[in-house]
Amino acid sequence: MTLVVLNRRNLLIGGGSVLASGVLAAGASGLLPARAEGLAPTESMTGGANNYRKGAPIVERIGKGGFWMSGTVRRAGDGAPLAGQRIQIWAHTVEGQEHEPQSHGATLTDKDGAFRLEMPQIIPIFGQPHGHLAYDSGEFKTVFLRPIMRSAKDTSLEAHFVLQPA
Amino acid sequence: MKGGRFLIWPALAVAVGVPIALAATSEQLAWRGPVYILAGFAGIIALALVLVQPLLIGGVLPGLSAYRNRRVHHWIGGVLAFAGVIHVGGLWFTSPPDMIDALTFSSPTPFSPFGVIAMWAIFAVALLAGLRRRLGLRLRTWRIVHIPLAIVIVVCGVVHCLLIEGTMETISKAALCALVLAATGKVMVDLWRKRVLRGGELST
Repeated sequence: MTLVVLNRRNLLIGGGSVLASGVLAAGASGLLPARAEGLAPTESMTGGANNYRKGAPIVERIGKGGFWMSGTVRRAGDGAPLAGQRIQIWAHTVEGQEHEPQSHGATLTDKDGAFRLEMPQIIPIFGQPHGHLAYDSGEFKTVFLRPIMRSAKDTSLEAHFVLQPA
Repeated sequence: MKGGRFLIWPALAVAVGVPIALAATSEQLAWRGPVYILAGFAGIIALALVLVQPLLIGGVLPGLSAYRNRRVHHWIGGVLAFAGVIHVGGLWFTSPPDMIDALTFSSPTPFSPFGVIAMWAIFAVALLAGLRRRLGLRLRTWRIVHIPLAIVIVVCGVVHCLLIEGTMETISKAALCALVLAATGKVMVDLWRKRVLRGGELST
């Protein structure tokens, strides 16, 4: 299993870096130094909006928890952290399928532009253990992310947003 | 020697039965609905049938006449197409947007296009096989059509299956995939050799 997972990751990472600088939102854009024209905005990922439900409530925790989704929200160009931004999160977990309302929740970024929401363990669905995140509040351009877990046994996952004005 | 060949049957039962049995004990099943589970197993059974198909046509399975081999190969081909319909239909029911992404080749999952290509190749073979008599295709013409499509089904099906992280246990899945490739390869090489030996005059 490890072998296959690693191969796929390598494939994805390789493909992602070839494709475009802004596509690999999870991590890559956070690690790269700002270029002359500034920090590039994160593009939505393919399939990121699948099973999205508009207006998921802001919650302390999705379901019984046990898994951590975290990340940062920054402004394109200068990379300034964006506080108080609503990020919506959903996934197929041990407590429900992707489309079910109890699998959805939202949280707000803190003063450093960071967010962190506890949710049930994500499990593989459609052949890949992955989560979904959305910025959809309107002030900035909507972005849908679909980060993939390195292993189905991971108990956390990160996704990072760089937003541009709508 | 002749008796030993009959060990192929229990060997085939193990090759097909073990991966299915291990998938049936996967902890993933606890978090899936019945339709999703059905869709997944339709895919696993399809892979198992893809192993049986070349064995039949190659005459590898003992106790079956050439005529019986070909009849069973036809029927299993039909079942394979049906399994494909159940697989795709069940996944559509489970998550329509993910299935639409796959069918339109815009899925983020690298294995999806391989599965979709294999599906169309299976449907194409089934359709052509059903129309073969009406189209008046001779064996030679039929093979020119069927063999490339069979290779597409096998290769794309195996890649699709190997890249998926699902209910199948990794080692038994890899073993089944290896057997599918080996069986297909052997039968294709044998057919080609036969043709060469007969000076390419196999045109009945």
